[in-house]
Amino acid sequence: MRQHKLWLLAAVFGLFILAGCKQQGAAITAVGSSALQPLVEAAGERYSSEHSGEFINVQGGGSGTGLSQIQSGAVDIGNSDLYAQEKSGINAKKLVDHQVAVVGVVPIVNKDIPLDNLTMAQLRGIFSGQYTNWSQVGGPDVPVVLVNRATGSGTRVTFERWVMNKVPTKAAQEQDSTGMVRQIVSSTPGAISYVAFPYVNKTVKTLKLDGIAATDRNVQTNKWVIWSYEHMYTKGTPTGLTKRFIDYVLSNTVQQKIVKKLGYIAVNEMQVARDLAGHVTKRVGQ
Amino acid sequence: MAEDKIRASLLKESKASKREKHGKILSFAAIGLIVIVVVAIFIFVATRGIATFTVDKGSLWDFFTKSQWNPGATDKSGHPLIGALPMIVGSFAVTLLSAVVATPFAIAAAIYMVEISPRRGYKILQPVIELLVGIPSVVYGFVGLSLVVPFIRNHFGGTGFGILAGTMVLFVMILPTVTSMSVDALRSVPRYYREASLALGATRWQTTYKVVLRAAVPGIMTAVIFGMSRAFGEALAVQMVIGNAALLPQNLVSPASTLTSILTMGMGNSVMGSVSNNALWSLALLLLLMSLLFNILIHRISKKGALH
Repeated sequence: MRQHKLWLLAAVFGLFILAGCKQQGAAITAVGSSALQPLVEAAGERYSSEHSGEFINVQGGGSGTGLSQIQSGAVDIGNSDLYAQEKSGINAKKLVDHQVAVVGVVPIVNKDIPLDNLTMAQLRGIFSGQYTNWSQVGGPDVPVVLVNRATGSGTRVTFERWVMNKVPTKAAQEQDSTGMVRQIVSSTPGAISYVAFPYVNKTVKTLKLDGIAATDRNVQTNKWVIWSYEHMYTKGTPTGLTKRFIDYVLSNTVQQKIVKKLGYIAVNEMQVARDLAGHVTKRVGQ
Repeated sequence: MAEDKIRASLLKESKASKREKHGKILSFAAIGLIVIVVVAIFIFVATRGIATFTVDKGSLWDFFTKSQWNPGATDKSGHPLIGALPMIVGSFAVTLLSAVVATPFAIAAAIYMVEISPRRGYKILQPVIELLVGIPSVVYGFVGLSLVVPFIRNHFGGTGFGILAGTMVLFVMILPTVTSMSVDALRSVPRYYREASLALGATRWQTTYKVVLRAAVPGIMTAVIFGMSRAFGEALAVQMVIGNAALLPQNLVSPASTLTSILTMGMGNSVMGSVSNNALWSLALLLLLMSLLFNILIHRISKKGALH
């Protein structure tokens, strides 16, 4: 009887191992940015269903994880919200950048704040700690509650780069996920933070900046400046399945359908291009 | 011939002794593996954590006394900004406060379960405590975020995030641990202590208060420190309600942070080998040393306080 059970156990284990090995054929792993993760996951699933025997494993972990994993060669693709050059500890020369989408970042406030519009200087003043009450920027007499993303997160780096202009952000609450930020802003009076476009919903209110609304259209023309590319980094020039998958992500099928559906902006619809240093050029030939 | 057979069977290793040998090898291998893993973890965390001070030129003094935490940036003299005081203060504040709040409740519950009504205590309180132990910390955090934080905001002011919210969540989390260990402590007080006390004419309360509780003090201390070490190391639930601001707490309702909350927040956003990453390892090393200290304390107390 006991012998029996042992055999059964061994058989079950064997099955598990077999199930693990079943992924014959090619498989690649993409790791990193949680902002980019949904897009890569959706594209990966679609790719696998169209190409049997080829698998894309997608994991989160943050932009820093993505960049350090691709740098060490542990994965095939490193997803990041930032240019590799912007991250300390990364040797960007060995990495090849593939910009697969654009994502905008927008300030959000608690719904009780009746303001619709701030100037860029006011927004900067709020996040640097110069304004601590909404009445100082024309709102009601409610103290400002800052909610930041974690230091080094892609969204925060983007926001600080294009809003703060090297003015240090006041030390305040930090949260490590966008969902949490949105939840806190929606439930805390006087709260202000920033989220990527795909995360905006009815529980919070977005602000215009200098009268410009945060729309895809305005990002495409760079009127709305708080946006960043979503990068998929490879170590050296991609080959094989990695190359085929990245080409697939950049293809019209993914760019037009998945990218838009998830709230990102397609790269080929951008009317401008922006390099690492922030220089904006008109895109031609698209 | 028959003699030879007996002789051979006596000299040959028996099946049982073979098994014993196998068992010994197996268990020693397992123990060895565990020891190696523990030592390896310790060495890894220590080398990474110390790198902040040796490789990146952070100052140990700054680490414990300054309150500016921004390891990616440097101050005027080129040292990274690694003032961990806010996190250290935050960690100790939530740990001590939650232990202070939880201890009376735990002792009261333990007295009820051991001295006053063992049967009912066993039937009702025991399952409740076991249930509380089994709830995952993310659930505590979620409840804290959706109930405790708004409650504090409405009744005590501030944003609701802060030491007070962390304390309230941790209080519920460590209560079952402290209670069940206090119960064990009270149960281990020998029966004849109680009998002798009652025979001298003491009431039940006098017996409980002056004899049983006194005798169980070391056990209860161990329970409290055990709870504290759990509170000190708790990451997820605290991170959800404390606000994670690397600021020295102004009061109990201003956003603060703990060692664990800053650690979990920074992990995915820093690159292995960079200053920001090493600084996080320093926090991890501090946590490790603290839990070591808690363990040593527990050993000391239980050795010193052993009855008879």
